[in-house]
Amino acid sequence: MNGPLLELTGVTRQFGGLKAVSDVTLSVPQGEVIGLIGPNGAGKTTLVNVITGVHPASAGTIRFAGEDITRLKPWQAARRGIARTFQIVQPFPEMTVLENVAAAAMFAGGVRYGRDAEHEAREHLRFVGLGDYADRDASALTLAMRKRLEFAKGLAMHPKLLLLDEVNAGLNATEVDEALALIRAIAGRGVTILIIEHLMKVVLSLCSRIVVLHHGELIAQGEPQAIIKDPRVIQAYLGRRYAGTEASNGG
Amino acid sequence: MKRDALIAVVLFALVALVPFSGEAYWLRLGTTMLMYGVIAMSWNFIGGMAGYPSFAVAAFFGLGAYTGAVAQKFGLPMGLAWTCAGLAALAFAALLGVALLRLRGHYFAIASLVVAEVLRELVNSATELTGGGMGLNLPIPTMTSIDAQAAFFFYAMLGLVAITFAAMLLTTYSKLGFGLRCIQQNESAADMLGVDTTFYKVSAFMLSGVFVGMAGAVYASWVHYIEPPDVFDVLFSVKAIVMVLLGGAGSVFGPLFGAALFLSLEELVWRKFLEVHTGVLGLLIVLLVMFLPKGLLSLSNRLPWARKTR
Repeated sequence: MNGPLLELTGVTRQFGGLKAVSDVTLSVPQGEVIGLIGPNGAGKTTLVNVITGVHPASAGTIRFAGEDITRLKPWQAARRGIARTFQIVQPFPEMTVLENVAAAAMFAGGVRYGRDAEHEAREHLRFVGLGDYADRDASALTLAMRKRLEFAKGLAMHPKLLLLDEVNAGLNATEVDEALALIRAIAGRGVTILIIEHLMKVVLSLCSRIVVLHHGELIAQGEPQAIIKDPRVIQAYLGRRYAGTEASNGG
Repeated sequence: MKRDALIAVVLFALVALVPFSGEAYWLRLGTTMLMYGVIAMSWNFIGGMAGYPSFAVAAFFGLGAYTGAVAQKFGLPMGLAWTCAGLAALAFAALLGVALLRLRGHYFAIASLVVAEVLRELVNSATELTGGGMGLNLPIPTMTSIDAQAAFFFYAMLGLVAITFAAMLLTTYSKLGFGLRCIQQNESAADMLGVDTTFYKVSAFMLSGVFVGMAGAVYASWVHYIEPPDVFDVLFSVKAIVMVLLGGAGSVFGPLFGAALFLSLEELVWRKFLEVHTGVLGLLIVLLVMFLPKGLLSLSNRLPWARKTR
């Protein structure tokens, strides 16, 4: 396929008078892992919601795999290959772990209802290391396991693009390392990933490119090493004083 | 699924023996119970499976009763009139569903509650067609005896129960039922996983309407005379919910069991508590919801021989 997988042009999302996302233009090439960072309230999650159709864009266009998806509903976006995980994990609590993943496979992944979906769900669960928990209720899992479940659900949707919203929040150091390995493995399957993340260790080790949002605006994008030295980014996170005099002029 | 179907067939076969008792009282009670069964199972589609607390049962019931009655007034044979009533309820549920199912929780409950009132006012004012507040007389079926008539309507309701049960069983074990369970547990997450939530919810609502509409028409033919406050009675909606809660929401036999239990309570308890029977009913519901939120049938899972069905 030619051109980027996901392409945002002048995307704005307003809530009343508040522009949560303002005129964002961005392209995500096929097969890359892009980091989306920014201070709290920068509009990162809103941007993901705009892409997936939860809060449709007020202005601008979103193209995915060459198709205009700006006005699509979440379930339509899901069937076209956009999967997301939630900052606060959202399994179906009274279903088994297996059923949770099977649901993703049959509704978004287009797998047939019944044994096919179940069979595929088991594979994904083994891949994320939850093979032994398939028949437990989803509500019985620990937080770290629920995050893995989110990965399995995401994979079962047969995604072209996976949007990871703070998948490492609330995990300890060991669990973060495990999640990192998992994300690498998923990327290794050729899935394009857009990851919202606060842990710089994760972002720096995974991403080929980083995009920075601040007050809903895209203030910088580029290679990780360049981004962490960018005065505008430092200023957004730490304020003018720390950004130094050059930064004040540049900002 | 096969096990459930088998149990149901045996159960319905046993129930079919009731008319041979020759007791008019049991026959009348049985017909009412079967009608409650249809209503409870129908509510289960939208309330139990999809988790939407619908109060629209009374609207579908009244609509079905009047559609059937008016159709018979214009000379349609009884069976055809009942079919018309089912189709009318189906179409009405589709239109209503698209409009109302955007609302969630209490908002949906209140909106669905109003529908029956609106229909009742419409029927009240369309005097030429429906007889308005004077009610509507239906042709008396051409049957040899009163007993034969009673048995006929008993079997008609039993047939309707069987159809509704089959539809519920098929839905429970199909992709539709699975999608509805997803919606019931977390609608936004279901949406994100690719479930066409609007389509699924409207389908559940249509299923919850069609059989109630037919039950309304059968009821109208059975009692020969209907009037708006009788068939648009909001108590139908309330009873449906109570019956399903009694038996167990979302389970296959729960609604039927709840319907039988509810009618037994109505018959046995009420006559002993004539003064405070609504109070007793309220108390029972509170106790059940507090201690057995999944209904009485959930008790069977605690028995040692009950195998886990998943």
